[in-house]
Amino acid sequence: MSETSPPRRRPRIDGFAAFWVAPALLWNGLFFLAPLAFLVWMTFWVVRNYRLTPDFVFSNWERMLTRGFFWDGFVYTMQIGAATALVASLLAFPVAYYLAFRARPSARRLAIFLLITPFFTSYLVRVYAWIVILAQEGVINAVLGGLGIPAISMLSTSFATMIGYLTLCLPLVILIQFFALSNVDRDLVGASHNLGCGPVRTVLTVVIPSARIGLILAAAFAFILSFGDYISPVFLGGSSPPTMSILIVDQTKSGNNWPRAAVVAVVMIVTLITVLFSALALAYSRGRART
Amino acid sequence: MTAAGTDRILGGFTILVFLFILAPMVSIIVFSFNAERYPSLPWGGFSLEWYRAVLTDDTVRRGLGRSLRVAAVVSVIATFIGFATAYVDYRFRFTGKLGFLALATLPPTVPVLILGLAMLSFFSLIDLVGTLTGVIAGHVVLCSPFAMALIRMRLAEMSPDLEGAAWNLGATRWATMRSVVLPFCKPAIFSALAITAAVSFDEFMIAWFVSGLNETLPVRILAMLQGQVSPRINAIGSIVFVITITLVFVAQVLTTRKSDKETR
Repeated sequence: MSETSPPRRRPRIDGFAAFWVAPALLWNGLFFLAPLAFLVWMTFWVVRNYRLTPDFVFSNWERMLTRGFFWDGFVYTMQIGAATALVASLLAFPVAYYLAFRARPSARRLAIFLLITPFFTSYLVRVYAWIVILAQEGVINAVLGGLGIPAISMLSTSFATMIGYLTLCLPLVILIQFFALSNVDRDLVGASHNLGCGPVRTVLTVVIPSARIGLILAAAFAFILSFGDYISPVFLGGSSPPTMSILIVDQTKSGNNWPRAAVVAVVMIVTLITVLFSALALAYSRGRART
Repeated sequence: MTAAGTDRILGGFTILVFLFILAPMVSIIVFSFNAERYPSLPWGGFSLEWYRAVLTDDTVRRGLGRSLRVAAVVSVIATFIGFATAYVDYRFRFTGKLGFLALATLPPTVPVLILGLAMLSFFSLIDLVGTLTGVIAGHVVLCSPFAMALIRMRLAEMSPDLEGAAWNLGATRWATMRSVVLPFCKPAIFSALAITAAVSFDEFMIAWFVSGLNETLPVRILAMLQGQVSPRINAIGSIVFVITITLVFVAQVLTTRKSDKETR
């Protein structure tokens, strides 16, 4: 062993290094990469007599991709995911701006704690809370009833689904936007004010372009989280229209057809990778053009 | 408009958005003490009935026990893997490092539903479906990147010469790891233990696909949601909140205390 040899600037891979590389390599190789690879492979298998049987056929792909309900689900999931990304970004921006530029440090620390906490607290339970709040006999309608306004049906609508999606992604969007805005050069903002720009014009021409990468990434994460979520469209949206995630669970749990569920999953992964790379391309390419 | 007026509008809007974010948690805790069967306004009076119902429910207690066991094992394994990966990123350069880091850190970007389906189908080949071992295997994949991120941030504050100095003084690399690197990373390691435990304790999708009859607590909650609206969920939810918020709070205190000490 070369442990007592003088330190090198760039140690080669040896026993010591291999010891630290191995855990993630082995664990994620076996329990992450292999399952995902198998997922892709499984799309070519078939279910015979309720048993998953190795094969190499395209019937699952054909069966899913030629059906209207599959594409309806795809389009709906894309639309509501994109709408959520937009709404979340618009709601988050004033908050992130206030926290980054205006709030006192103590308020900022508290806000960040309050934004991190939901990320680690049961999403399921929070969605249940929204059922209670939005239901026909729920909190909002009780308040409206007290004011003499007739009850509104809010559950089982796309609106309710989006409330759930926002519950999931809004804290993260605010955090990413906040970090992006915190890195905006204060001197640039000051210079803009000195040159006579009003606050709105400063935000539009200085702050937003400088924080562009973070703002786009935040929107992309909102899309990714909503696109893959199963809980909100089922329990708040009432499963209609079904999203891609609902198609997967239906094919897996009731249809017992894992290969077809895997087709939907692979289409979702390809979509997410495409969206993520488009967002990255958008974030960085325009940056180069501007500077 | 004056700057103060703009500030007031922005501050008011910020408070509204935070009310939206916090409303579900407040609602859960308030209604968990509500005597009425259906959670609605006006409030039906204070009661611990739902807590009693939940704590005497065997399926809930078994689920809680499983979740706690899984979270404990997951936090230790995920923090070890996260530490190892963070140290590799900090210390070594080699061809394929980018691929290695992608393999180690990408899992949280894949929707848990897809991870769940992939693990269900693959684990059925190697007889892990329906076992808590399978749930642990999946949760470690999901959790170790969080541990890696926390510990990597801590390592970024360590001077690269510190290890070199120890080596020059004749310490082996293992001894340096034990008496220099590990003590330096200790606060981050403890917060990683807490955060990974919290993530595992709350995770329901992988657990739902993989656990079979060995339901963890969140899978039990999911089953109750599929059944019907029951105030019991409020009581379980409050218990779950208290456990995870405690874990996150511990993690944050550990992280802040360490940085306060150093900025003094």
